[in-house]
Amino acid sequence: MASLRDIQTRINSTKKTKQITKAMEMVSAAKLNQAENNAKSFVTYMDKIQEVVSSIASGSTNSRHPMLQKRSVKKTGYLVITSDRGLAGPYNSNVLRHVYRTIQERHNSKDEYTVIVVGKVGLNFFKNRNMPVEDSIVGLADQPEFADIKAIASQAVQKFTDEVYDELYMYYNHFVSAIQQDLTEKKLLPLTDISGEKEATSTYEYEPSEEEILEGLLPQYAESLIYGALLDAKASEHASRMTAMKSATDNAEEIIGSLTLSYNRARQAAITQEITEIVGGAAALE
Amino acid sequence: MKTFTVSVVTPDGPVYEETGAEMVSAKATSGELGILPGHVPLVAPLEINAIRVEKDNNTQILAVSGGFIEVRPEQVTILAQAAEMASDIDVDRAKAAKERAEKRLQGTKQDDIDFKRAELALNRAMNRINIKSR
Repeated sequence: MASLRDIQTRINSTKKTKQITKAMEMVSAAKLNQAENNAKSFVTYMDKIQEVVSSIASGSTNSRHPMLQKRSVKKTGYLVITSDRGLAGPYNSNVLRHVYRTIQERHNSKDEYTVIVVGKVGLNFFKNRNMPVEDSIVGLADQPEFADIKAIASQAVQKFTDEVYDELYMYYNHFVSAIQQDLTEKKLLPLTDISGEKEATSTYEYEPSEEEILEGLLPQYAESLIYGALLDAKASEHASRMTAMKSATDNAEEIIGSLTLSYNRARQAAITQEITEIVGGAAALE
Repeated sequence: MKTFTVSVVTPDGPVYEETGAEMVSAKATSGELGILPGHVPLVAPLEINAIRVEKDNNTQILAVSGGFIEVRPEQVTILAQAAEMASDIDVDRAKAAKERAEKRLQGTKQDDIDFKRAELALNRAMNRINIKSR
């Protein structure tokens, strides 16, 4: 049986761990709140831009914009959103495992795909497996602003236009609720299902012309889709970390409970032994 | 007098929202636009420039970095990737951005993609500085 002092040390260290996980849980809860607000304020922008894009796209069926055109696929791009730090439960491994499996299934050689990755965990994952990483962004703020990701978003779109890859998929955890995040796969480019989502509410005049508007609007639209996914993923990350830290705190409590029990047992055993010794000693004197 | 609602939204949230505006003027790629209430529905891409909103004989000025204007008879929406009210502009930051862009412009060739990007960055910085100093 472990000595009293050993048990006491373990209880203390577990208590300290619990303090930390508890603090992390609360920090994540606060960040989650903020992330949800960010996502909400982004919705107005997204709704508007979607409305304009779909009304243009449904109005002109013969638009020949390259971002709307399907072309034969020689190379596929994968945009994967992960976090910079771990301690978020299955948040990263979910996405990475799925992407890895998908890539293995779909492609035979490394020339057929390329990966754009957000977050340190993902970057290390793909580098360790010697997979081609086209572009990456790490050290993103917890509440990213559009300016922070504009560079990678516009490059991702630009590379499609430059035919570096012929389609682009996006993988991230979609935020459903604080306890549920769903892995999401989304085909970002070419923009094929653009008009189907919402009925156009009004017909516009275009100045100077539809084509020229699409020229500027579509990249902006695709970039905002990426930003939207990122906000969504950030909310999931905080939620996932919060849940992970909550269960860590609960586990710590459980361990402290059982350690306290065995501490008390050991203490009682020691007392009993002491009494027996005293009694034994007294009996020997008589 | 007829009025309309003007809102400016960016990915980071709405920047400006005002009801009862009497006129909006903006610079589209095809030229200066002055929009009064009751305008036909219109969509136009914008230059990096100022937006002026007239309300009760006051003029409010915003800096927008490109984007689009969506016009409806009772509502004008400006969708931009970045926009701020004249009073919210950080001049020091804009000046720093201007210097950075100028430096980059000297270092790169004209047909380079970095050149175009630096040029745009310079435009944005100049726009902010101009609006602030007006």
